[in-house]
Amino acid sequence: MPASFFKLIVLNAGRHRLRAGLTVLGMVVAILAFGLLGTVVDAWYAGAEGAAANRLVTRSSISLAFPLPLSYKERIRAVDDVRDISWANWFGGIYKEPKNFFPQFAVDGESYFRLYPEFVVGENAMRDFLRDRKGCIVGRKLADVHGFKVGDTLTLKGTVYPGNWDFVIRGIYDGAKKSTDQSQMFLHWAYLNETVKARMPGRADNVGVFIAEVARADQVAAVSRAIDREFANSRAETLTETEKAFQLGFVAMTEAIVVAIRIVSYLVIFIIMAVMANTMAMTARERTAEYATLKALGFSPSFVAAMICGESLMLALGGGLIGVALTFPVAAAFAARMGTLFPVFNVSESTVLLQFGCALTVGVVAAILPMRRVARLSIVDGLRAVG
Amino acid sequence: MKPVPLSYSLRNLWARRLTTALTAGGMALVVFVFAAVLMLDQGLKEALVDTGQPDNVVVIRKGSETEVQSVIERSQAALVESLPQIARGAGGLPLVSRETVVLITLAKRDGDKPANVIIRGVGPAGAALRPQLRVVEGRMFRPGSSEILVGSSIAQRFRGMGLGDAVRFGGREWQVVGIFEAGRSGFDSEIWGDADPLLQTFRRNAFSSMVFRLSDAADFPAARQILDADPRLTLEAKLERAFYADQSAMLSNFINILGLTLSVIFSVGAVIGGAITMYAAVASRTAEIGTLRALGFRRSSVMAAFMLESLLLSLLGGVAGLAAASLMQAFTISTMNWQSFSELAFSFRLTPAIAAKTLLFALGMGLVGGFMPAARAARMKIVDALRAS
Repeated sequence: MPASFFKLIVLNAGRHRLRAGLTVLGMVVAILAFGLLGTVVDAWYAGAEGAAANRLVTRSSISLAFPLPLSYKERIRAVDDVRDISWANWFGGIYKEPKNFFPQFAVDGESYFRLYPEFVVGENAMRDFLRDRKGCIVGRKLADVHGFKVGDTLTLKGTVYPGNWDFVIRGIYDGAKKSTDQSQMFLHWAYLNETVKARMPGRADNVGVFIAEVARADQVAAVSRAIDREFANSRAETLTETEKAFQLGFVAMTEAIVVAIRIVSYLVIFIIMAVMANTMAMTARERTAEYATLKALGFSPSFVAAMICGESLMLALGGGLIGVALTFPVAAAFAARMGTLFPVFNVSESTVLLQFGCALTVGVVAAILPMRRVARLSIVDGLRAVG
Repeated sequence: MKPVPLSYSLRNLWARRLTTALTAGGMALVVFVFAAVLMLDQGLKEALVDTGQPDNVVVIRKGSETEVQSVIERSQAALVESLPQIARGAGGLPLVSRETVVLITLAKRDGDKPANVIIRGVGPAGAALRPQLRVVEGRMFRPGSSEILVGSSIAQRFRGMGLGDAVRFGGREWQVVGIFEAGRSGFDSEIWGDADPLLQTFRRNAFSSMVFRLSDAADFPAARQILDADPRLTLEAKLERAFYADQSAMLSNFINILGLTLSVIFSVGAVIGGAITMYAAVASRTAEIGTLRALGFRRSSVMAAFMLESLLLSLLGGVAGLAAASLMQAFTISTMNWQSFSELAFSFRLTPAIAAKTLLFALGMGLVGGFMPAARAARMKIVDALRAS
């Protein structure tokens, strides 16, 4: 195509500045919304994405709310191919208000951080944490949101374990990857257990989940079956699954919301498609006489159709480009507003690709009807048409 | 001042059918999302608020927020039962139920996905305290047996939860002897059994919560005061309605914030679509507008005619969107309530208030989208307009 063809398209689009501007603006809003919604869905799956393939989670087969006895630790360790083991309890404390929710786990410090190398803690901070039984380690993002510093005392109101609990922040962990959850808090399981033993002896030596590490990812199926077999028909039967399956279990529980967000994100594309198609239909109708003139001058129907398609694509992709560019700062602002609700909130490459794909589709689909109309237009009728 | 006839606006919409349909279609989608969000929130509120009776009181351990996390020792339970404000039912028995509430993980019918379900062990007065509960299939469980009653939402959505099925949990087989409905309330997403065998199964010796009926709803402050004043009780009492409303606060907030943010973003798109259409309508009818003015119609009449056209357009979209949204009432959403950590089924509920709000929202979009183009039409000079071809 000659350069004049593109010039013609640009000039055509510029004829109704206001209309073109509004259409591009609509496109920007739609592509931005689509990108944000896609990122929200990604954030939902972040926990599962960050899971290691060689870690297994063992919990009570009844539900997570039921604990397992600490004595299972050695029995799980004794299962073939289990390389390392740690354990954790859900603490479920409230920091000032319920809306400040962030996950807190009572863990066995040494083994837990050995199993989760993605939580990077400085050597000194780790030593301080292990020395202080009331110490805790918090994630970088969590510390930023609430302004926690090393040495601060943090008071949580227990929902699972009654009373007010004070912890001293001994370290802040960073994520090894961008996708690592940096909004968690870790405290000493031993300290929790001691306190529980003094107050409620019946609930001592209880563990929420055991985390076992196997050497190779292909061993997980056999090992998880072996662990569950070990405790079959006992007082507390277990359910062992990969960390990923465990995390996906949580996602599945709120799947209806994820599905709704997905549907809505495609709805917004449909809305903008209607708006865009409308713009192109109006534009083509107004220029019927011109298109007929072009055809009379000898331009082929496909040339005229390509002109319409080009204009539509230009508006759609222009809006799409701005929308994609805006997604990054808006997502960052949104993540800051949301605090720790979405621990990981990154715009992924696939989201950006989808955004461009949608812009392209909208541009093409919007041009289809006017293109067909113009291609079929008889020159005589077209020349007779008025605005 | 003579208004421009309504038929003028109507005919214009009809003359540009494709554009009208596309613009109204865009608005209809926005209206659909807006209405669906409001309906979902309404459904959630109805499900949880109707779970409570106005004169029932729930007692849980202080700070535990939910029944699942709460623990009430037997000695404490006895003290609660001695409250003078508790109503008495048939035979003079106090209407109070010691309950054990635990979560169990069950597989859903579609795709075997796991979900947490509340299993509630109730005392002898448990069913009497919830008059909305009706056994629709089978019969009530026998006290002391391993029989369970399943809520209708659970029976539909979970595998092996039909009448006569045997379910295994806690190392014991349980027989489903009945299915109950509780007027679309939260109880529909629960499994009920007798408290004592359930306590044994889960190896607990303390209850989770207590529910009692007040002989007079106005007695609640007095009852709460007695509970608060007793140093042996670290419990808190809430009216059942308030208790369940609190349980839905987080989910309801989420639905509202996400839904309304989306509606606002989407409405920007739809308003732009409406504005483009109306600008084009004004531009292509310049000569017509000049003629109207020359015939003696005032600027305000011309403005009103175009505003009316825009409002009609948005009303069309609003009605279409609302009609589509009303079909959503046939669907039930089932998801995890973050606060109680358990499965909760609720449906889309359309109320007249929501219908009115939705149509107002649609008209608002028409008003905003139509204002500038209508103003442009009204500002035109007669001579210039008539000269336009």
